[in-house]
Amino acid sequence: MAVAPHTRSAFRWDDPLELEAQLSDEERLVRDAARDYASASLMPRILAANRSETFDRAIYRELGAHGFLGSTITGYGCAGVSNVAYGLVAREIERVDSGYRSALSVQSSLVMHPINAYGSEAQRKRYLPSLAAGESIGCFGLTEPDAGSDPGSMRSRARKVAGGYRLSGSKSWITNAPIADIFIVWAKDDDAVIRGFILERAMAGLSTANIEGKFSLRASSTGMFSMDDVFVPDDALLPNAAGLGGPFGCLNKARYGIAWGALGAAEFCWHAARTYTLERLQFGRPLAATQLIQIKLADMQTEIALGLQAVLRLGRLLDDGAATPEMVSMLKRNSCGKALAIARTARDMHGANGICDEYHVIRHAMNLEAVNTYEGTHDIHGLILGRAQTGIQAFM
Amino acid sequence: MVIPEDRQLNIVVAVKLVPDTNADKRIDPQTRRLVRSAAETVLNPFDEYAIEAGLQLKEQLADGSSVTIVTMAPESGKEVVRKALAMGADRAVMLSDPAFAGSDVWATAYVLAAGIRRIGFDLVLTGTQSTDAITGELPGALAEYLGVPGLTYAREIHVAAGRVRVKRETDTGYQTLSAPLPALASITKSAAEPRFASLKGIMAAKKKEIAVLRLADLEIAQAVGGDGAKLEVTELTASPARAAGKTVTAADGNAGARTIVAFLKERNLL
Repeated sequence: MAVAPHTRSAFRWDDPLELEAQLSDEERLVRDAARDYASASLMPRILAANRSETFDRAIYRELGAHGFLGSTITGYGCAGVSNVAYGLVAREIERVDSGYRSALSVQSSLVMHPINAYGSEAQRKRYLPSLAAGESIGCFGLTEPDAGSDPGSMRSRARKVAGGYRLSGSKSWITNAPIADIFIVWAKDDDAVIRGFILERAMAGLSTANIEGKFSLRASSTGMFSMDDVFVPDDALLPNAAGLGGPFGCLNKARYGIAWGALGAAEFCWHAARTYTLERLQFGRPLAATQLIQIKLADMQTEIALGLQAVLRLGRLLDDGAATPEMVSMLKRNSCGKALAIARTARDMHGANGICDEYHVIRHAMNLEAVNTYEGTHDIHGLILGRAQTGIQAFM
Repeated sequence: MVIPEDRQLNIVVAVKLVPDTNADKRIDPQTRRLVRSAAETVLNPFDEYAIEAGLQLKEQLADGSSVTIVTMAPESGKEVVRKALAMGADRAVMLSDPAFAGSDVWATAYVLAAGIRRIGFDLVLTGTQSTDAITGELPGALAEYLGVPGLTYAREIHVAAGRVRVKRETDTGYQTLSAPLPALASITKSAAEPRFASLKGIMAAKKKEIAVLRLADLEIAQAVGGDGAKLEVTELTASPARAAGKTVTAADGNAGARTIVAFLKERNLL
């Protein structure tokens, strides 16, 4: 009997560089928990949610019950997992929908992280447990109608008054604004220094509005809010953040999660394109029997495998405290750009069926348009990398 | 042995690691055994109901009673066992020895009984069957080797005053059975839906003990593994490919209708 040459394992088309073998037992368990939840509980509701432009609040309680919210924080009802484990969760959730992953990212990285990193012990104790449980929902207000890539030009102000501050200004493109209970708001103080504040929905002068007609992230709630001389007490100030470093520290965490998540969406599109072209017969053979299709599948496989290796490396560096914002820029940009291209190609490979939402690829392609733009556009991250290697800032 | 009412209970849940039903399966033609790879091994889904029942009993008793997972499996299955700990079990014991390979249901039950006696138990819980072998015989065999009452197919289970009481599913209805502890019960899928392993549970499970017991650690008085098996697999054949079906179209008219009626009658469906 012939003996096959010994290799440790066979080539797996869906895990070509053996990402699986590079994960710890705990990371695989976390990934499985996220995959089970996403496929059993999120996938069945996404079509209706996307069509009707609705976000189900109950999803936050579910994410909380599983421990997915603020999962890298230790204590305050949070699980304290590694950054790699957090990335794996983002990938599984975004495999279903970028809007659901946005919900996860905003609460974890943009709301819970600043409270944990820049807040007082009293603020942590007051807000983190209910945010971790998904009982309260947070949003993050940095972007303004006239301040996007250039947040330093924000107009929101925090005037010092007796016992606190009065906040005025408006924020736009805010995930969760219409449904949030807690608002992390960035505004300039009397010395023109950007400071962070924790606002609560019931505060007088705070109002929110929904942004209608989005053709991207339709299963995510997006809106704006305005502050008309909202009084906040002194203890609403995040004591340990001053300047753009505060919001940028949050965005760095969120962008890292996006770098994993976008690849989850890309993987969905790749697998869907493979399945579709294997099953679709034209001219008497599967579409997948053609060179045009196979080259596209090979490109998708390659970009996703390389991208996953990169985000895993970044996660390990984050866990070692050795990651820099430039690394995050590189991979947020790479994952989003590649995922968007893969989703568009997968849409094309599905032919006419590709424009119907029941095949899901058009939804991913539409979502990834936003994901490629938010939290630092593809171009801005490129310019951050340009600055890092030339020493010249080209975006002002 | 009479268990005093106020004593904490050792609840032991016997579980099996099985191949993922979604994974491709391969049989080694020489050993006629399934080729098992760690990556595609999962907790037998039926056993998750037994774990859930054990955890609920522990929570209801809330007296320091504990849930121990026991399994006979190679050590490579540790990660799968950890999932049971992540659900909330207190500790796990793996019975791992090359000598156990090739066990049939009787040899497995014998080794499990030796392991469970070594752990110490008041109540043993199992699933009703495994998704791979599907014999459904293990709970009975295990109760026999342990020398305790076996209350099978329980959809509800209660423990009080040193006795276990179950509502048992039968083909025609339910039976309520009661037995003194120690005892064994197998839990059906109509009992409570198993809880998921939360991230906090997964992190807590990292600190829980998974002990490994070898052949030498157990009181074993008879052959185990393939040598102790009462059954031998003599031949394996793939199930026959399904024959092409009959197609009846509107064009077949009355003849087509008669074909359908004959088909249904043949199968006592009309």
